[in-house]
Amino acid sequence: MNMNLTLLGQSVAFAIFVWFCMKYVWPPIAEAMRERQKKIAEGLDSASRAQRDLELAQEKAAQTLREAKDQSAQILEQANKRATLTIEEAKEQARAEGQRLVEAAKAEIDQEINRAKDELRDQMSDLIIEGAEKILESSVDEKAHSELVDKLAKQL
Amino acid sequence: MAGSTVEYIQHHLQNMTYGKHPELGWKMAETAQEASEMGFMAIHVDTLGWSVAMGLLFLFLFRKAAKRASSGVPGGLQNLVEMSFDFVDKLVKETFHGRNPLIAPLALTIFVWIFLMNSLKWLPVDWIPGVAHALGADYFKIVPTTDPNATFGMSIGVFILVIFYSIKIKGVGGFAKELSFTPFNHWLFIPINLILELIALFTKPVSLALRLFGNMYAGEVVFILIALMFGAGLFMGVLGLGLQWVWAVFHILVIPLQAFIFMVLTVVYLSSAHEDH
Repeated sequence: MNMNLTLLGQSVAFAIFVWFCMKYVWPPIAEAMRERQKKIAEGLDSASRAQRDLELAQEKAAQTLREAKDQSAQILEQANKRATLTIEEAKEQARAEGQRLVEAAKAEIDQEINRAKDELRDQMSDLIIEGAEKILESSVDEKAHSELVDKLAKQL
Repeated sequence: MAGSTVEYIQHHLQNMTYGKHPELGWKMAETAQEASEMGFMAIHVDTLGWSVAMGLLFLFLFRKAAKRASSGVPGGLQNLVEMSFDFVDKLVKETFHGRNPLIAPLALTIFVWIFLMNSLKWLPVDWIPGVAHALGADYFKIVPTTDPNATFGMSIGVFILVIFYSIKIKGVGGFAKELSFTPFNHWLFIPINLILELIALFTKPVSLALRLFGNMYAGEVVFILIALMFGAGLFMGVLGLGLQWVWAVFHILVIPLQAFIFMVLTVVYLSSAHEDH
């Protein structure tokens, strides 16, 4: 257990080791660890931000969906209303058209009747005249009797 | 048996010494007698060699990790280095309140270096000295911290830093004033204060060195005594084996603890050197 030059040697070695550690070992490790700490902090931060964004987006999506549902319901209702309306209109139109057709037909029928009446009247007068001619033959004063016939014809 | 036992213990506690013998000149000491005759002009080759080797191992490992250090995911060695780094860094931040880029690396160096030197104790006392003996070295002691030269070498380094920073931060006057006026703040007490403070100041490196040395040396002696049991019959041998194991396990506590104490006290001393009253 002698104290000797080893003491100095150890001191010098100690100084050199500390110097080396301070110069080449400590700073890069400290730097790397600080960097990593920052990175992790940033990562955590961005993760929580993303979480928040996600929640927001989900809320927004739900809202949009709700709105879309409302809108579609509205549209459906409108369409239904319009359909009912259209049907009503169509019915009305059909009825009017029917009415019109019936009236036209009636008018035509009246016309036809009148024409038939006229025709019948003409034919009848002819027939009567002919019949009267046949009955009376020559003895008939044409002039006197034609007045009578005309009177008859008019009555018809 | 008694003679050889004493011889065995002494043999294990003798460093491999190279120095200048007053009569024989520069040579490797062949006996403990010669080694002590060399006085101050000698070095303990084993102490210096192993401590430098451990220091280089520390720097090699940490430098390797430092070079590969990135902000990415750390690997195995990286993790180990960063754990010790973080441990020391936190401790220094809690203990040392000034700003000095030297303190933390100093603490890291002290902690890891002393830990590595101490951990040589886990190797059974005869292994490496046995190899050295076979290679022709008579005396070989592998745990540098069982050599007071090594522990005082470090504590004196710390002491120089304490003095340096005391004077740098407080100035020569401030430092002298602190020594003169604490703990009793009255001019009449200056001599008493000076005596107290100077003793306290010089006790720091001595206690620092002796605490580490004492613990390691005593542990080493016990290991040597246990090793002696291996040559004393089957029963004693088995008992020795058990004791060896127990003592080695106990050193799982002692080895880091002593390194830790040395580091903490260094930081505390330097911290008080930086405090301006």
